[in-house]
Amino acid sequence: MSRVRTLLARETALAWGKGGGPMVAVGFYAGVATLLPLAVGSEPERLAAVAPGAAWVALALAALLSLDRLFERDFEDGSLDLLTLSPVPLEIICAVKCLAQWLATGLPLALAAPVAAIALGASPQLSGLVIACAVLGGLAFSFMGGIGAALSLGARRGGLLTAVIVLPLFVPPVIFGGGALASLDSGLPWKAGFALLGAYTAAAVALGPLAMAAACRNALS
Amino acid sequence: MIPEVSIQSLALSRGGRQLFSRLILKLSAGEAVALTGRNGAGKTSLLRAIAGLIAPDEGQIAFGGVEPAEAREAMHLLGHLDGLKSSRTARDELSFWTGFAGGAADAPEAAAARLDLLPLLDLEVRRLSAGQRRRLALARLLAAPRPLWLLDEPLSPLDAEWRGRFGEIMGEHLAGGGMILAAVHDPLPLNARTVEIGR
Repeated sequence: MSRVRTLLARETALAWGKGGGPMVAVGFYAGVATLLPLAVGSEPERLAAVAPGAAWVALALAALLSLDRLFERDFEDGSLDLLTLSPVPLEIICAVKCLAQWLATGLPLALAAPVAAIALGASPQLSGLVIACAVLGGLAFSFMGGIGAALSLGARRGGLLTAVIVLPLFVPPVIFGGGALASLDSGLPWKAGFALLGAYTAAAVALGPLAMAAACRNALS
Repeated sequence: MIPEVSIQSLALSRGGRQLFSRLILKLSAGEAVALTGRNGAGKTSLLRAIAGLIAPDEGQIAFGGVEPAEAREAMHLLGHLDGLKSSRTARDELSFWTGFAGGAADAPEAAAARLDLLPLLDLEVRRLSAGQRRRLALARLLAAPRPLWLLDEPLSPLDAEWRGRFGEIMGEHLAGGGMILAAVHDPLPLNARTVEIGR
C-alpha cells in the first residue's frame, strides 16, 4: 500500500511539474473556449444555446493533450521496466498513473469548466452540474485515454495515434454529460444522463487498467 | 529470496530473428556470471527475459522453486535506460525507487554516501554527468537489497576508479549470498565465470 502511495505522489508530481500539467491544460481549454465565439458569432442567444456543450467538448480535447505523456516517457527512459519488477500489479500501476493524471489535469479542468461555460453564456445555475460532469467525465477521459496512450507506445508520432484511438472512446461520456447539461438547461429530467455518465466512468476505471496493462506488457516485450 | 537461477535450453527471438537457442545457464548464490557476445547477440534480451519482460520461444527460466512473479521482487534490473527522470532531483528519484523496491527509509542516504553522491543529491538528474547518473542508478541496488542483480553494461560510463570501487561493491554483494548476471564487453573487476552468447 505504501508503494502505491509513493507511486501516486511521484506520478502526480511529474504530471503537475514542468512542461505541462494543469496550467497548460487549463490554458488550452481557455483557448478553445475563446475561439468558439469567434467562429460561431457572438450573439448571446446563439452562444448560450451551445455553451454547455461547447465547454464539454473543449474539456474532452484538453484531456487529450496530456495523454501522450502518460506512458511514453516511462517507456522511453526505462521506468516502465523497473515498475514491473515490484509486487504491485501492472494494472494497479496503470490505474495510479491515470489517477495522477486526473489529479493534475482533470481536476483543475473541472474547476475551470463552469467558468468557461458561464463566460460563453450558460446559465450560472448549471455550474454545479457542469463541475460534477467534468469531474466524472475527466476521470473517464483519463482512464479511457490511458488505453489509447498504452496502445500507441513505441509508435512514431504516438500522440496523434493516441488521439485517433481515443476520440471514439470519448463519444459516450460526451453524449451522456452533454445530454444531462442540455436537459437541465431546458428544465427536463437530467438524472438519467448523469447516471449513465457515472456508469461509463465506473466501467472505464474498472476495465481500463486491464487493457492498459496488457498493452504495456506487449510494448515492453 | 531466490536460491538460484537455472536456465534450461532457452531460445529467444526478437523481431522474427532467433538470437540464440539451447542456452543453458546456472547461477547459484554467491556467484557472478559475465555475459559476453558481439553486439546484437542477445545479452540484453536474455536479461529482460529473466526479468519476465520477454517471453522465450522455448525453454525455461526457473528460480529454484520460487514462482516467477515472486522472483521478480527479488531482482534488480539495471539497463542503459536507467528510469531516472531528468526533471527531478537525485534525492527524489533515489528515495522513490528505494521505497518502491521495498528498501528502508534511511537506506537512500547510506547508499548515496557509499557511492559518493551526497553532494549531488539536491541536483536535478539532468545536471549529472553520465558516470554520476550511473552511480545514482547503482545506489538503488544498495538501497533496496535484492539478491539477484541483472546488470546491462554496468561499467560503461564509469571511470577507472569507480570501476574498481563498483567491483568491491559487487564482491560484497556476492559475499552476502547475492547473485550477479552482467552483460559486459570489458571484463568485470572481480572473479566471474564468463558465458558467451550466440556463436
